[in-house]
Amino acid sequence: MPGEVLIEARELSKQFTKKGAPPFTAVAGVDFEVRRGEVFGFLGPNGAGKSTTMRMIGCVSPSTGGSLRIFGLDPMADGPAIRARLGVVPQEDTLDTEMLVRDNLHVYGRYFGLPRPVIRERTERLLEFVQLSDRAGDKVEPLSGGMKRRLTIARSLINEPEILILDEPTTGLDPQARHVVWDRLYRLKQQGTTLILTTHYMDEAEQLCDRLVVMDKGRIAAEGAPHELIESYSTREVLELRFPLDEQEQAAEKAAGIAERVEVLPDRLLLYADDGDAALQAVRGRGLEPITALVRRSTLEDVFLTLTGRTLVD
Amino acid sequence: MTAIDSPNAAVPAAHSIDAPIPGALRLSYRQFRYWVTYTRRTWRGGLLSAILGPALYLTAMGIGLGTLVDRGSGLPGGVRYLDFVAPGVLAANGMQNAFGLSTYSVLGSVKWFGNYWAAVNTPQRPEDVVTGHAALSLVWISGVTGIFFAFMAGFGTLHSPLGILAWPASVLTGAAFMLPIMSYVITLDSDQPLNTLFRFVMTPLFLFSGTFFPWQQLPGWAHPIAYATPLWHGVELCRSLTLGTATWAGSLVHVAYLLAFALGGYAVARITYRRRLYR
Repeated sequence: MPGEVLIEARELSKQFTKKGAPPFTAVAGVDFEVRRGEVFGFLGPNGAGKSTTMRMIGCVSPSTGGSLRIFGLDPMADGPAIRARLGVVPQEDTLDTEMLVRDNLHVYGRYFGLPRPVIRERTERLLEFVQLSDRAGDKVEPLSGGMKRRLTIARSLINEPEILILDEPTTGLDPQARHVVWDRLYRLKQQGTTLILTTHYMDEAEQLCDRLVVMDKGRIAAEGAPHELIESYSTREVLELRFPLDEQEQAAEKAAGIAERVEVLPDRLLLYADDGDAALQAVRGRGLEPITALVRRSTLEDVFLTLTGRTLVD
Repeated sequence: MTAIDSPNAAVPAAHSIDAPIPGALRLSYRQFRYWVTYTRRTWRGGLLSAILGPALYLTAMGIGLGTLVDRGSGLPGGVRYLDFVAPGVLAANGMQNAFGLSTYSVLGSVKWFGNYWAAVNTPQRPEDVVTGHAALSLVWISGVTGIFFAFMAGFGTLHSPLGILAWPASVLTGAAFMLPIMSYVITLDSDQPLNTLFRFVMTPLFLFSGTFFPWQQLPGWAHPIAYATPLWHGVELCRSLTLGTATWAGSLVHVAYLLAFALGGYAVARITYRRRLYR
């Protein structure tokens, strides 16, 4: 089932040096590999080194340590050859907003040296795929954020890439627009496109990724399938309790021992237990009356909290 | 391979594994084509000012101011003021357009529109980006200086068959400014320094490089400064060509000086573009 290795990183690191400032390590020696046909994610908060890693994979940022091979090639020596086989959806859309929707795909296709009839045929197909066919003759400027994102995705597919790289594909989109993007990405996955994405949304990572790495401060904190990570680093359920803020610390002390682990967040307590309802009964049994109580499944957010002691989105 | 609901998946991928990556010339040409498409929606305004500008300049300066100058003590050698000022403004026109094309459009490409970033996510390299963008700018400069040159000729300011060479000389003058400025602007993060560039570099050059009055009128200490500016060389070259006073030696020095700026700027731009776009 696992396909050939398309990307292989060993001890990959990136340090930025700026005159008059101490060097800044964005990526501090990471190992990972991506196989053909899988959806691979980098989950982590802003500043974790995800985008820098993506730029290195996109052959637009030379690494300063370790090794990186893409299709078995060296990204800095064979950048153009590798990029010819990649699709990139950057964090910022970088569309030509004054041009027509259709022309955006056209100028991009020409960068890949595609013949005009091929570009025309693919443009039609791709605009249909991202549900923008009716806007083909419109300018980009008035499109909504979600439409621009979808157009960027269509544009990145013009060369029929073997790997599609998406940096924060749904950041800044409203929930409805996010779901449309997810749906399209899911279809690409179904068709066997290898996808690599970064996100700081745990639901995005859970929904789309076959396998992911949790990144924090330039390092990989954990790696695995979403459900594996949850099994390894969290309990099955989580009990979320809210108390009046001044009583929270006391409540945490009183609840100690009920769950495997208790996390005190600024606004709530998290009790990690395999049976959330039983934990809630035990809490009440100790005379605690939370304002609200919620039992839910563990998510990647909890994995991240366990691994780093911090939440994903601050 | 990404096949999007493709009924006829016979479309070849951009490059199969063995397909060679095209050479620098072809890649730069693709970037040039991008700018052709881009310019298609902006050329009208540019062309209008390219036509109106010279017509107004030549009428106001050459005929209005020129009548006063020629009736007064006149220029040394009895040269008609219009004949004197027109080739100067031609060279300055090359420079001004170079400033316009190498500042906001370069910074915008990396800062506001992101088209440079989009380009380097394809087989384009920073070197192709700078070459293709510069090539389109040179074509544009050739066009607007060509229009000015046609007006000049219409006003009867050409006094030598070699005068036609003043046109390419003004394009070269533009290149001598455009490429070094591109190499600088790509390093910027805000447009603040651009105002300084226009106010304290372009405007003084325009006024004091012998465009409007003989540079010999400047105080002696200022002469070396004039010689050092590419615009002075451009103005002198264009003027000597249209007045028919050009010498081989002088012209070669001017051309060499301008070429050095253009090629030096290009070499530096290839480095600074790479530094910015491959971070």
